[in-house]
Amino acid sequence: MLRCGYALFWLLESVLLICVVSSVKGEAVVTREGSNITGIPIISFKWHHVETPYLVAFWVLVSFLGKLVIEANHHVTSVIPESALLICFGFILGGMIWAADKVQTFRLTPTVFFFYLLPQVILDAGYHMPNKLFFTNLGGILVHAVIGTCWNAASLGLSLWGCQMGGAMGDLDIGLLQYLLFGSLMAAVDPVAVIAVFEQVHVNDVLFIMVFGESLLNDGVTVVLFNVFDAFVSLGGPKIDAAEIIKGIVSFFVVAFGGSLVGLVFGLLISLLTRCTKNIQIIEPGFIFVLGYLSYLTAEMLSLSAILSIVFCGMCCQKYINANMDENSVQTVRYAMKAFANGSETIIFVFLGISAIDKVIWVWNTGFILLTLLFVLVYRFIGVFFLTWILNRYRLVPLEFVDQVIMSYGGLRGAVAYGLAVMLDENKIKEKNLMVCTTLIVVYFTVILQGITMKPLVMWLKVKRAAVTEVSLLEKLTNKMFNHTLVAIEDISGQIGHNYMRSKWKYFEENWMSWILMKPSARKKQDQVFDVFHQLNLKDAMEYVTEGERRGSLEFVRNENSIIDFKKKSESESFDINNANMSNDHGAIRDPIPSVSLEMHEQIMKAVREAEAINAHHLLDQHLYKSRKQHRHRFSRSHFDINRDEKEVQEIFQRTMRNRMKSFTSAKMGVKPPKTIVKHTQKEQQQKPMKILSRSFLGSEGDSASGYDQSYMRATYRAGAGIENPAFMPDLDPMDLLQIPPWLGESELDSSMVALSHRAQVDLPRTPSNLRRLAPLRISTRSTASFTLENIPDTQHACVFPQNCN
Amino acid sequence: MGSSSSSRNKIPNAQELMRQTGFSSAHLLRLHDRFESLDRDNRGYLSPDDFEALGGLAMNPIGGRIIEAFFSSGIPWTFPPLSGFWLISVQLTETETKKEHSKSSPAAGPGSSNLYDLDRDGKISREELLQVLRAMLGLQVTEEQLQSIAERAIQEADLDKDDAISFDEFKKSLEKMDIDTKMSVSFLK
Repeated sequence: MLRCGYALFWLLESVLLICVVSSVKGEAVVTREGSNITGIPIISFKWHHVETPYLVAFWVLVSFLGKLVIEANHHVTSVIPESALLICFGFILGGMIWAADKVQTFRLTPTVFFFYLLPQVILDAGYHMPNKLFFTNLGGILVHAVIGTCWNAASLGLSLWGCQMGGAMGDLDIGLLQYLLFGSLMAAVDPVAVIAVFEQVHVNDVLFIMVFGESLLNDGVTVVLFNVFDAFVSLGGPKIDAAEIIKGIVSFFVVAFGGSLVGLVFGLLISLLTRCTKNIQIIEPGFIFVLGYLSYLTAEMLSLSAILSIVFCGMCCQKYINANMDENSVQTVRYAMKAFANGSETIIFVFLGISAIDKVIWVWNTGFILLTLLFVLVYRFIGVFFLTWILNRYRLVPLEFVDQVIMSYGGLRGAVAYGLAVMLDENKIKEKNLMVCTTLIVVYFTVILQGITMKPLVMWLKVKRAAVTEVSLLEKLTNKMFNHTLVAIEDISGQIGHNYMRSKWKYFEENWMSWILMKPSARKKQDQVFDVFHQLNLKDAMEYVTEGERRGSLEFVRNENSIIDFKKKSESESFDINNANMSNDHGAIRDPIPSVSLEMHEQIMKAVREAEAINAHHLLDQHLYKSRKQHRHRFSRSHFDINRDEKEVQEIFQRTMRNRMKSFTSAKMGVKPPKTIVKHTQKEQQQKPMKILSRSFLGSEGDSASGYDQSYMRATYRAGAGIENPAFMPDLDPMDLLQIPPWLGESELDSSMVALSHRAQVDLPRTPSNLRRLAPLRISTRSTASFTLENIPDTQHACVFPQNCN
Repeated sequence: MGSSSSSRNKIPNAQELMRQTGFSSAHLLRLHDRFESLDRDNRGYLSPDDFEALGGLAMNPIGGRIIEAFFSSGIPWTFPPLSGFWLISVQLTETETKKEHSKSSPAAGPGSSNLYDLDRDGKISREELLQVLRAMLGLQVTEEQLQSIAERAIQEADLDKDDAISFDEFKKSLEKMDIDTKMSVSFLK
């Protein structure tokens, strides 16, 4: 570590040297123009030849070295976030440069920042954004991003102006419009700073996505506000009338939606491209970077919100790219993006520090600066709490108080604000330097101070943290259980829930978007379970290799037939059988236990237990019945799948029927099932078996769109005598028995796959009339309504539902 | 609102129900209609066979258990209790309903372990876990695999080594789960 430090200082010295050299006005440098050379130069010092790229590369190197030094000691970084340390490092560097030539030659210019440093960070953010979480909370995020930012800007500007009117700031030449402009550039929460601070704190998902999403989406507002107020400042006070204000509001919508649209278009473009890049897999990853950057520039060119554009580009394409591209390419994209983003962040913070050491901007006005700081904090808190109070009335899971505190405290300002401040026109705004100085101070305050105190605050308030542990089996099971319960509740109450919308979107997405944007082979692999399986296999494979390397070779894997002898007999039995059954899924480490050290045995046991754990988790993942929410309609135009969903649905149905038959025949036989509360009369008990059957075929939701006429299902029948006497059920309409339940019918079930309960199979009466009815059944599986209606027997129907019977 | 009259007079104690459950009157009416359509024999209360007619529940692997759990409380299901059938689901899951917010921290109330614990002895034995697993997993899973899963699940959660999961252990193993978020249902109008 010390050596690194020395190397760093040596490099810094050379940096200084270069700066000094470059700032000296040209004399000492030998140029290439050979008009006054007297002989052939063997070697010449061509500084100007390489000046710009050299400096760029050098600064990048210096920033990275700074990061190296900082990260060397984990104790420091766990207390002070890395971003703060980088800024301090920038201070030191800036100080050294300034000491060398008394002039600030390097600073973070808006062009470099907005065009070369920011896009990668945002692209990375968009690409790794958890889409589901984002869209679930989109309402709240939008409210905070739009209304919150406007509130921040307006309140800050107006308050400062009020204070100036009140004389708190001495003699400043800033008008109301300029204050509003200043407010608008200070208002925006900065994504870079938020990432930098929150990534070390690991708060719970919802909180993180609210702050982070807000920081990304508020760019739409910031751009508009800044441009509008800039234009107002140029136009001057008198020219502002209602028309201009309306134009401002309209421009917000245009900028925001336009930017998102541009991003979406580019995202789709990338997805389409990756569909065809099978032959150039080596540069496949390049596409996303190039096209992402282009989306940023395109939006910027059209004066739309560039950040929104690149965010939506990343968010839109992530799924399809990951499906279409080769595994190596996916990894490459992931790592390269992280590297670029992290590198950019580092450079941004270092330069933020360096930019401070610039005498030009050292304009101090106590009132202005302190009041700005105060107002920024206070109004953030007020805004967040007020908006969240409103939001909580509509949210399902309200945001807690401590979460709101962290949200307010996490409203960090960063380099975007500084960049915008530097972009101010000093001809129009006399006090630009003061504003820049104030902005920098606010940025330092938020990033350094709030960054340092964030983690202790989170711990002190006991904010819910992100879950990092693995899910236990019981959790998984109970999770599934809850899903099923929720679906059951929705069924019972017959209402459409949130899930309806989501399932509609899923339907659209699977059938249209995936078809266009994903490779056919990728589409087949979309099964989540398969993905889990795949990941597990990969993990196992890596474990094998490390284990093998530890033992010297992979020889041990080859002894597959030997069974391990365990201390615990039962484990071994289940393990053997597990292996026998699951051998095609993934094998386990099998090795004859020699009379080796106990340690080795322990290792194996541990590995075996892990394998067992994985097996168990794996089994659950593969085989748990999906709740109806998760059943998807799979329509592939080019591939006929054996649809597991329908099999599952059938299986569940069969089982339920079987269980019911069991419980009610036992009821009939006099053995009361333990849980029946309602007492039935004898007659009812006899009728029950058949009632259940026919009723179970009833469409569930009375108002459901299956168009199913329920009334006829209540065929009147004499009291049946149970399973043994099919002859006593003449009136049982076979339609009832053969009727495909509408929910199965909807999923395009081949009728041959309809599982009749064993009772139905037993009882299928074979009268000629029924045979006739059997035929149409096989042909039209979909329109259950139409042909069943025409085959309604003329038995009396007890119209149970007066409103449904016509 | 359909053929049924939209006045609140049909529902007894409408005001009080609204206050109790926090539902709007439109919502309450809709639930009442649903109640009436479920209650085939017009008995004024629901019974298990009314629920069994629901196809969705037949498709639900734990449909039977849910019905049993609902009726285990012994309340005759006239409308007022049914309108708080969300409150029953509160019983079941001890989480917040659409509007209410219960600050009680263990979200896995006695209700949810009742879905496992059929003989109501307060513990989930291996056999009961096996039954649940059988209901929730597909048919391709063999008996031995089920056994190993059940064994493993009990190992993970069973702290006092009595080879069964008591309610406290169950609660503990689920404390990482954010049940409040999961067990909430929002409805679209």
